Amino acid sequence: MKYLPLIWAALTRRKLRTFFTLLSVLAAFLLFGLLESVNSVFSEVGHTIGAAHRLITESKVGFMSPLPLSLKSQLVTVPGVEELAYDTYFGGTYQQPKNVLAAIAVSRNFFDLYPEMKLSPAARRRFDDTRTAVIVGATLARRYHWKVGDQIPIKALIYPRKNGSYAWTFDLVGIYHAHSAIEEQDFLFRWRYFDEAAAFGNNMVGWYVEKIAQPRQAGGIAGRIDALSANSDHETKTQTDSAFAANLISQYVNLGLIVHAIMGAVFFTLILLTGNTMAQAVRERIPELGILKTLGFSNRGVLGLVLTESVLLVVIGGAVGLLLAGGVVHVLQGQMGSQLPMEPVGGSIWLLGVAAMVLIGLVVGALPAQRGMRLRIVDALAGR
Amino acid sequence: MLRKTLLLLAMGAAAVLGVAAVVALPWIGIAAVAVLLAAWLAATRSGRRVISITASGMATLPQRLGGASVVVVGIAGVVGVLVSLLAMGQGYESNFRATGSDDRAIVLRSGALSESTSNLDQQSVMLIGEKPQVARSPHGRALVSPEVVVAASLPKKGTGADTNVMIRGVGPEVWGVRPRVRIIAGRRFHSGLQELIVGKDAAREFAHTAIGSKLDFNGHSWRVVGEFDSGNAHDSELWGDVNVVGAAFHRGSSVSSMTVRLTGPKAFSAFKAALAGDPQLKVQAHTTREYYASQSKGITHFIRILGMVVAGIMAIGAVAGALNSMYAAVSARTREIATLRAIGFRGGPVVVSVMIETMLLALAGGIVGALIAWLLFRHFTASTLGPSFSAVVFQFRITPRLMGEGLKWALAIGFLGGLFPALRAARMPVTEGLREL
Repeated sequence: MKYLPLIWAALTRRKLRTFFTLLSVLAAFLLFGLLESVNSVFSEVGHTIGAAHRLITESKVGFMSPLPLSLKSQLVTVPGVEELAYDTYFGGTYQQPKNVLAAIAVSRNFFDLYPEMKLSPAARRRFDDTRTAVIVGATLARRYHWKVGDQIPIKALIYPRKNGSYAWTFDLVGIYHAHSAIEEQDFLFRWRYFDEAAAFGNNMVGWYVEKIAQPRQAGGIAGRIDALSANSDHETKTQTDSAFAANLISQYVNLGLIVHAIMGAVFFTLILLTGNTMAQAVRERIPELGILKTLGFSNRGVLGLVLTESVLLVVIGGAVGLLLAGGVVHVLQGQMGSQLPMEPVGGSIWLLGVAAMVLIGLVVGALPAQRGMRLRIVDALAGR
Repeated sequence: MLRKTLLLLAMGAAAVLGVAAVVALPWIGIAAVAVLLAAWLAATRSGRRVISITASGMATLPQRLGGASVVVVGIAGVVGVLVSLLAMGQGYESNFRATGSDDRAIVLRSGALSESTSNLDQQSVMLIGEKPQVARSPHGRALVSPEVVVAASLPKKGTGADTNVMIRGVGPEVWGVRPRVRIIAGRRFHSGLQELIVGKDAAREFAHTAIGSKLDFNGHSWRVVGEFDSGNAHDSELWGDVNVVGAAFHRGSSVSSMTVRLTGPKAFSAFKAALAGDPQLKVQAHTTREYYASQSKGITHFIRILGMVVAGIMAIGAVAGALNSMYAAVSARTREIATLRAIGFRGGPVVVSVMIETMLLALAGGIVGALIAWLLFRHFTASTLGPSFSAVVFQFRITPRLMGEGLKWALAIGFLGGLFPALRAARMPVTEGLREL
């Protein structure tokens, strides 16, 4: 710690060069923070606490093909299934065709199976009692300025009412909260109402959700469920909620691959760039390092000084970059709200980022530090 | 103080103008500037001086490989990432764009956003086919294809991950409606049978799609009898008889959409008006060009913005790196430059020579980056879920225009990275410079 002023003096020796190096480190970690913020949204989906205790049963040909409601009575008898819910993707738009809602018709006990969606008991009671009730995510409600008690007219994407009209109206009875903005997007209304009022799609269910006591038994229970409808005209595929979500996302794009390829290119460039700066900095200071050694600094002491300098350089730039990324995500979320698939730059991103900073600092410092360590005092003082 | 501030302001303005010029200029403009520069270099005295200073500067390049490679690699990284991401967007877009044309219309239920959420009943299908703007086959049949789209899940080759694939039931006249579709192996499906033909991208991407293999959906067994090439987004799909597909997937007698070949591109507005004027129909028509462009617009736009933002942030880093390297290069040549000034060389040629050197390094970086992107991704195939919740397989498209855009970025970064060191070199006090060791 007592050498900090010395290291600081080395960094501020050429202010302009240090500034530009910091700027490029900053740019690299700004990008790192932003990309990881997007990436963590997708890698965390389906990893919520409740997900391990849930199985999803969909049609084997995909969740856009419905299953018969009659399966319900068979599913509840499967050993290991504690509770059963069922949903149908409905889909709608609000006011304009571009405002697409994730509208889903859900069975009454839906919220019992999704404990991570927090709902007040009063709202829950109103949902049970009101035929046309809808519960929406907090982020969605903020986006359209909806309040409890509002009547919300939506235009259905798929299902007309019995009179042929695609206009449906729901009564907003509650707002649920979840741990991230992307999970607060749903528009959930009573399946019973859908079943009574829709012109077609009645007695059909988009997918079933089973609550199980032991996540370890998931494979066996899923096998028993799928055996019920094997070789029928509505074969099912059952998997854990996490597997379901992971599969859906991997179909969109292999996001992790793209993010890691970009970060690979960025960090490779960064290592070369700061490495060059450090090499220059050490080369210029060879006589000074010789003086340090004359004063009694050991070889390892000099090694430590140079390594600390390079780590400090990367950590300062990187920390500012990550702070900036956090700020950018915050501002973007304020402006675009729910549509933005970004997580706040939190603990896990910082942890990963700081590890990368220290590692890069050590890598780029290694060669120059070694050079400083191996200096012979006579040569160094002569500037050779 | 005031002079210094004014100078800084002027330098900033010059930088902004320079970047704007490089990015906005069409290639012909950049080529013209290069030709003018070359003429000036060759024909005038100060031009020849620039050449000699640049040459002596370039001669020291091997001694500062570290600094030079920072400029080249930094810019190569920016250009590589930019070109790859833009190529992804371009590939996705052109896949959809090739699907549309002006003389084919797609009819959906009024208010439906896409085929997968649309449905038309038998009566609408009949009424639409009778409109006079619909082209007719030599046998006098209307060239219309009522179609059902459903998604079925197939494992991906390699990973085995279940993926939603679109199965399209097409009408008997589809070959006249979409004449570009060719069977490249096997044969067409027979109507009335549970037979499928598979698009060439789907055949490459998904398991169990070889000719002769059997596919089981909902207890119905289908046989793959042929492979087709449409040259567009339909290559990610499987096709079968509309009635058979509809029945097997519980669609009843209604269809999802109807694709219509018109008598000509000009017939579309009359066709649209005829549909709107028919009180028995609640449908909307788009040209297929319009429809597929709108279906791909969101994702294309998103990828483009993503590419710009990522490359923009990387460019900041690259500019900083280039500035560092060029400042170091200039300061290493302090004595040489001061000597040149002392024997009568003026500042201008010094500035120009440093700029030329940086821009050349930048251009090299840009070419390396674009080449790497081209080598890695020219045959790269990606798949994503399209607007109908089903797989869209597309190839990255690295066009000359995209590579040109990457090179422009490289030149702009080189311009910024070279300008300030060049000005410093020119403004260096001669006496101090000569004293420098």
